[in-house]
Amino acid sequence: MQITTTEISSPGMTVNMGPQHPSTHGVLRLVVQLDGEVVVNCRPMIGYLHRGLEKMMEARRYVQNVPFTDRLDYLSSLNCNLAISQAIERIGGLEVPERAQYIRVLLCELNRLASHLVFLGTFATDVGATTVFLYAFRERELILDLLEAMTGARLTYNWIRPGGVAADLPEGFADRTRAFLKTFLPALNDNDRLLTRNRVFRARCEGIGVIPREMAIAYGASGPVARGSGLDFDIRKREPYDVYDRLEFDVPVFPEGDCMARYRVRIEEMRQSVRIIEQCLRDMPDGEVSTKLPKIFKPPAGEAYSRTESPRGELSFFMVSDGGQNPLRVHVRAPSFVHLSLLPELLKGVKVADVIAILGSLDTVLGEVDR
Amino acid sequence: MSVATTPMGVSKAYKAGQLLAGLAIVAIILILSIVVAHLPWGWAQPIVSFIGERPLLNAFVKAFIVANFVAVHVLFLIWWERKFAGWLQARLGPMHTGWKGLAQTVADAVKLLLKEDIVPAKADYPLFALAPYLAFIPTLMTFMVLPFSLTWVGCDYPLGALYALAVSTIAALGILAAGWGGNNKYALLGGMRAVAQLISYEIPMVVVVLTVVCMVNTMSLTQIVTRQEGLWNIVRYPILIPAFLIYLVCSMAEVNRAPFDLPEAESELVSGFHTEYSGMRFAFFFLAEFANNFFTAGFAVILFFGGWLGPVLPGPVWFTLKALIYITIMMWIRWTLPRLRIDQMMGFCWKLLVPASLAVLCVAALWAVSLP
Repeated sequence: MQITTTEISSPGMTVNMGPQHPSTHGVLRLVVQLDGEVVVNCRPMIGYLHRGLEKMMEARRYVQNVPFTDRLDYLSSLNCNLAISQAIERIGGLEVPERAQYIRVLLCELNRLASHLVFLGTFATDVGATTVFLYAFRERELILDLLEAMTGARLTYNWIRPGGVAADLPEGFADRTRAFLKTFLPALNDNDRLLTRNRVFRARCEGIGVIPREMAIAYGASGPVARGSGLDFDIRKREPYDVYDRLEFDVPVFPEGDCMARYRVRIEEMRQSVRIIEQCLRDMPDGEVSTKLPKIFKPPAGEAYSRTESPRGELSFFMVSDGGQNPLRVHVRAPSFVHLSLLPELLKGVKVADVIAILGSLDTVLGEVDR
Repeated sequence: MSVATTPMGVSKAYKAGQLLAGLAIVAIILILSIVVAHLPWGWAQPIVSFIGERPLLNAFVKAFIVANFVAVHVLFLIWWERKFAGWLQARLGPMHTGWKGLAQTVADAVKLLLKEDIVPAKADYPLFALAPYLAFIPTLMTFMVLPFSLTWVGCDYPLGALYALAVSTIAALGILAAGWGGNNKYALLGGMRAVAQLISYEIPMVVVVLTVVCMVNTMSLTQIVTRQEGLWNIVRYPILIPAFLIYLVCSMAEVNRAPFDLPEAESELVSGFHTEYSGMRFAFFFLAEFANNFFTAGFAVILFFGGWLGPVLPGPVWFTLKALIYITIMMWIRWTLPRLRIDQMMGFCWKLLVPASLAVLCVAALWAVSLP
């Protein structure tokens, strides 16, 4: 007797996750092909937030371009301010006073804390632990208060300018920051205890979305994503800018490459940021906080590339000058954009629930991806 | 509010005030219940016997009371859940509508009543329309056999435990119908998950209930309680401690609460099987979820914690109190743990809970046989 087997195949289901979806972190659209609960294929569709920032920058003066960068990675706009300011300084050969460098590092690390707290909260919500979200945002609120006291804004700071920072620290800022850091570390440890050793959380994160070391290099991953894959790669150590070479801090590296490793890298980075902030407050010299830019700022023709370590990874600006008042061309090397390109490969064969966990662990910001 | 909140959340004095106020309310309710129980109720006897002598009227009145209880206690449960979640999450919860936000759920219910009833253009209308009731009515039916005290019971059915389990399973049908009927992909995924989950976790749950029945030799819910006079089941038969833990996990899964809230899974499936529902239809799912919550809690109290038995306070109060404590524990777990993935959830049920519950049943059976 001949046994015939018929392959039962179903066309599957195509689900549009986003651009309006609780967990796509902005206006990302994932076209996910499902076979039951299993992802067959996934295509990230970007561009819903495209504003043509790079092109717009060509039509503005150099300094006028700084506010645009607030809208790139809106969770850590000070880091974006720093990246473009550095590019402008390099192309125009500007010197930054030492005090301004310390203030820059201080602000950037505060912003890194705020950004990683958003990651902690949203990632926990993505895997279903809603309470951590509120704890993380409670701490973030205190950082935003500090930054508001400094810059007057809570999201788009526009404070780090070419040549330094906009103004000196307000009165009592150092004490307020120290007081905050004292409450922050215990709160961070609480959140850590709530999640890191939680069996359910570990089951959802360990071995999920593994990015091998080679794959991370091949795709150009950077920041916590690279360090979660065992790459000891941190621009702050490799090409120290501002005063990072004078500060003591460690670069946490976890070799596993899964969601858990990326999560733990960020938690550990927050502890290191606290160390950096404490050192900045201790070592900060007195002096000027900015060099005066000429009224008509015309850098010589040429090009400059500045690399910085934003909370999401390597954020770089490439600038070309033709000697005029406006840049000829600006390009942003956005870490989120690079990490998003990892998604299709990472998501093949995982469950629907893992899609959200993996996307959350990459911690992309769509303002930076679409520009 | 601005006085009470500090940058770090709620001030200690304010928290203490809230706690005191809460305790005061509880004390007032308890004292009132004792007073009401000891009032001379003789004048009501003719009315009760008038209704009792007419079976149809009797059934109608009982059903009316049960349906109203379900609707009203859910209002309180939702308020309590929001408050409790708020306290866990270092915030206040509803505060503005009514005293301490007590009227918030009422306002929400009115809002849901007034909202437009949206039916998606490509919905499977009969299923779409039927699903909320298919999900709600089984829950309502389980309440008919739930004894609040020896006399406060809709129907003292000798096979009450079996009936309750059998009827509550029908709700899965309503959820699947909701998932299919809305013609929404997220809803379909949620519906499929719900059915897989509800059917799977039904098995260890039934086995656990069987374990209790095995120990007490009756399926009547009132008799299960009366046989716990003096000592709760869980104390008298320590084998029921693992059985209770299994029941706790299963009941969390049965009412779709985190870590088992996969059918709704807000971060993945938007809002799961009821994504397409709005207005009163959605309210029915909500009602069913919370009523089911109370039922599983009440069932646990009957099986393991002596039902309405307790000193001083009247039976129904004891029963409700115990059920509320159980529900609060469920809320605590819900707002603490992340969500499991579908395969982990199924694996946990079939690889751990089912064998464990069967083992408990075997030990309990041996124990029951060896009992004098």
